[in-house]
Order: sequence, then structure tokens, then C-alpha cells
Amino acid sequence: MPSRRYSVFAIAREALRQHSGWSRAWASPEPRDRYKVVIVGAGGHGLATAYYLGKNHGITDVAVIEKGWLGGGNTGRNTTIIRSNYLQDPSAAIYDKALKLYETLSQDLNYNVMFSPRGLIMLAQTEHEVRGYRRTVHANNLQGVATEWVEPARVKELVPIINIDGPRYPVLGGLYQARGGTARHDAVAWGYARACSDMGMHVIQNCEVTGIETANGQVQAVNTTKGRIGCDKLALVVAGHSSQLAEMAGFRLPIESVPLQAMVSEPIKPCMDVVVMANTVHGYMSQSDKGEMVIGGGTDSYNAFTQRGSWHHIEETVRALIETFPMISRLKMLRQWGGIVDMTGDRSPILSTTPVGGIFVNCGWGTGGFKAIPGSGWAMAELVAQGRPGPLAAAFGMNRFREGRFIDESVAAGVAH
Amino acid sequence: MLILTCPYCGVKAEETELSPGGEAHLKRIGPDGTAEEFEAYLFARKNIKGVHFERWRHAYGCGKWFLAARDTHTMQVYGTYRAQTAHATDEIVANARQARAEWVPDWPQASEAVVG
Repeated sequence: MPSRRYSVFAIAREALRQHSGWSRAWASPEPRDRYKVVIVGAGGHGLATAYYLGKNHGITDVAVIEKGWLGGGNTGRNTTIIRSNYLQDPSAAIYDKALKLYETLSQDLNYNVMFSPRGLIMLAQTEHEVRGYRRTVHANNLQGVATEWVEPARVKELVPIINIDGPRYPVLGGLYQARGGTARHDAVAWGYARACSDMGMHVIQNCEVTGIETANGQVQAVNTTKGRIGCDKLALVVAGHSSQLAEMAGFRLPIESVPLQAMVSEPIKPCMDVVVMANTVHGYMSQSDKGEMVIGGGTDSYNAFTQRGSWHHIEETVRALIETFPMISRLKMLRQWGGIVDMTGDRSPILSTTPVGGIFVNCGWGTGGFKAIPGSGWAMAELVAQGRPGPLAAAFGMNRFREGRFIDESVAAGVAH
Repeated sequence: MLILTCPYCGVKAEETELSPGGEAHLKRIGPDGTAEEFEAYLFARKNIKGVHFERWRHAYGCGKWFLAARDTHTMQVYGTYRAQTAHATDEIVANARQARAEWVPDWPQASEAVVG
């Protein structure tokens, strides 16, 4: 049964009857024997793929299966930053598509994802970064992505709490994208899940994939903790565990999984209304609507699946941020957590067909997948529906590593992005 | 915090003293290699969730490269060994098997490990 439309009238009506008429936002059905498309991973990317399969391609015989809970992986663990100021053309295209979809996502889904285009500055703190970001601004202007180079005085104006003098990490300027910002990450997953459920798709939680059945190079079914589920097409959208799913299907991905950490402070009064990223020192910070300072750090440099991360990375991040934002030095941190990010050699994602017929992968978003969710889902739905990539996904095939056709964002994005 | 014992100088080093070098025992591809072989050598990684063999350098110590067997899921260290070694030692295999009974080495004969 489709859920009731959310509106100011619905709130008024429910207010008059003690909020007794709200229904669950999405159904929790048991899996059927067979679906046309099975998507593994009910995070933002998986659910967005399902949503655009239904909306753009009319395919609603879809199940999205998830080993944990909905949006409990990297979708619920990121620092919610949204931007599209990438250097390379294929990246700018897919990230800017995502940004444009974010701008109207609350209306499209009838679910408030709290998209807040508050502006985003990437600080240049070394001469190398100054040159790199000036180059990115030129590239963005050619791509039609509005960004600008701002001088230190303008950075100070936009972010009054910043210390631009250094000495160790002076602010030499910044790459400013006024359209960038944040959104509520859980709401993105919940909104897509509700919309998918309304279209008659099945979102199945606590359903872990234990094996993938293939015959004659074609996918047949997935075996799960809730039984065997047959499918014509299978989309693997599982971020950190992509290598494990690929192994079940009998191929290998150019992916390595590492923990990435984030933390959040106690809530304080509003002090910073833009997102600030300092890539040289692996620290980025924004203030949530609740007043918490949301801080992202760097990745561990070795493979792990612990969702925890190394302690010294927190120390490095906080040490650098305290010099850049002296007023946070006495803030207490409330929580710290880690997510397992799937890193590719060129720091760009993989949206691709695979050696197995009917299996498609969407992975490799590494440290910056949240911002891409709508664009990634849009492009992945096109890939799954048509069996071949559309214009957005074309450059992101996994054969680019064999052909030496990299989409190198490792320099443009610093390390964390 | 990850702590590994350097098999050369014997120092118990924590991770800020070390530089990671990625998956161990990769076979270098020669000039006659195909595009597929080069791709596999450069990019395709096992990315194991479990018993993982990797390269480390004791960067702020003796400076030498060594190899470590570590569990990427539990963070347990099964042992470290010298870089001039074809496979992990029998002792490390035994440690890993004790923690993960289902795990089997993916090389033919563990006992043929050559220590250089």
C-alpha cells in the first residue's frame, strides 16, 4: 500500500487526531522466489538505483537486499558533504548531475532530505594546492560547473572563525562552490526506500548474500540468509565489501577496502554556515543543524574491515583543525566512528558491466560517495536497464584500468574527498 | 593501534613508525606480459576480509621492508617475516589456522617456504 503523501495538510490533520494516522514509511516484506532485478546493498546508491529503475525505466519488479539495516553502512557514516567541483570531465558530469538532483530531491521524493546548499570551500594551504585549485576552477568553468577561486580575505569573510595566518597551515585561498553544501544522510536513504516501496519494490533488510549462482556465464540467483532469490539481473552496490561479492561471482575488482573515520562534537551555537575542507591536513568540518561540529578525517593506509580506524588519524585531524579553527580547541567530541571505503587506483568510481552476464557493479566511490548518490543511481539504473552504460557511466567501466584510461581524481581531490 | 615486530631489528613498532606497502607476494610482470597480466599486477587485489599478507617498511627504524600476516577483520597479527621469503612461515600459518580453522594457504606447500 503506498504511503500517505507528506504535506503541511497531513501534519495539520494528524495534529488534530494525536498523530494516530501515520503509517510506516516503507514495507518490510519477505523475499519472493524471483525478481527481474536484485540489487545488493540498501544504502543510498543501491536504493537510488532502484528508484531510477522504476522512475526512468519502468522496471519495478525489483528487490533491494541488505545484510544489515537500511542506510547503516557508509550512507549513515559519512560527513554529508555535497559538491561537484571535480577536475575531470566525466567526474564533473556525474557529480553535477547528482548535485542537480539533490536540489529537487525533497520534492521528487516527497521526503525532506534537508538539502542545505550553504556553500563549500576547499582550503588551499600549500602552493601546490593553490595551483591545483586554480586549475580546477578553470576546468569547472569549462564544464559549466560554477566555482570560483577566493583570496584569503574572502575566506575569512565567509568563515569568520578561521585562522588564515598559519604558521604551519596558512590559508592561501580557496576553491569555493556556492551550490555545494550538506544533506541529512539518513533521510536520503529513507526517502528513496519509501519511494521504492511505494512503487511496489521490495526493500529487504537483515538479508545477507552468501553466494551467487551462475550458469554458462550468466547470473541465475543469489543465495541469502533468507533463501534463494532468482534474478535476471544483479546489481552489486555494496561499497566496502565489493571485493567479497565479486569473489562470489568469480571475478576480481581493482578495489582495496580501508577504514575512513569521522567524529562529531557536542552541540554549540551556530558559528560556521559553510562547509570547509582542508585536504592537505585531511580534515573537513561543517556544523549540523543540531549545532554539532561534524568532522571527517583521513583514511587508514592499510586494508581493514573494522569500521573503526586508527587512533593516530584522529589525532592528526584534530591537531590540524585546531590550528585552523582555534575556537574548537576546547570542544568535546561526542562520537567517533569508521566506515569501510572502497578505493580504486584512480580514486574514481566503477559503474560497469562485469565478466558475468547480467551482473553489474557500482563501487569504488571511496571516500566521497554520499554526494554522488542521486547521479550514481541515475547512471546505474540506465546501465542495468539497458545492459550497457549511458553517457554518464560510459567512462567509468572497470576495463579502464586495463586500457590505461584513468579518470585521475587523486590529485584534484587531495586524499579525502 | 597496530603493533608489528620488525623481523630484522626485533623492535616492536607501532604503526606511526611504519609505512604500509600493500599486498605482498605480487608477481612482477615482464615486458612480454599481456594487458590483462599488467592490469592484474597493478590493480587487481585480493582485498581479503580475513588472513591478509602485506608489505611494510620500518620507515622510522631500520628502514627495511618486511612482510606481515594480519587479519583485516579482527586486526589480529599472525606474525611478521622477512621480505626475501616466498611464503609465510609454518608458524604464521599455524597461528592463522588456530584463529580461522576454515582458512587454507593459497600456495601449494607451506613447508617449502624459503627463508633468504
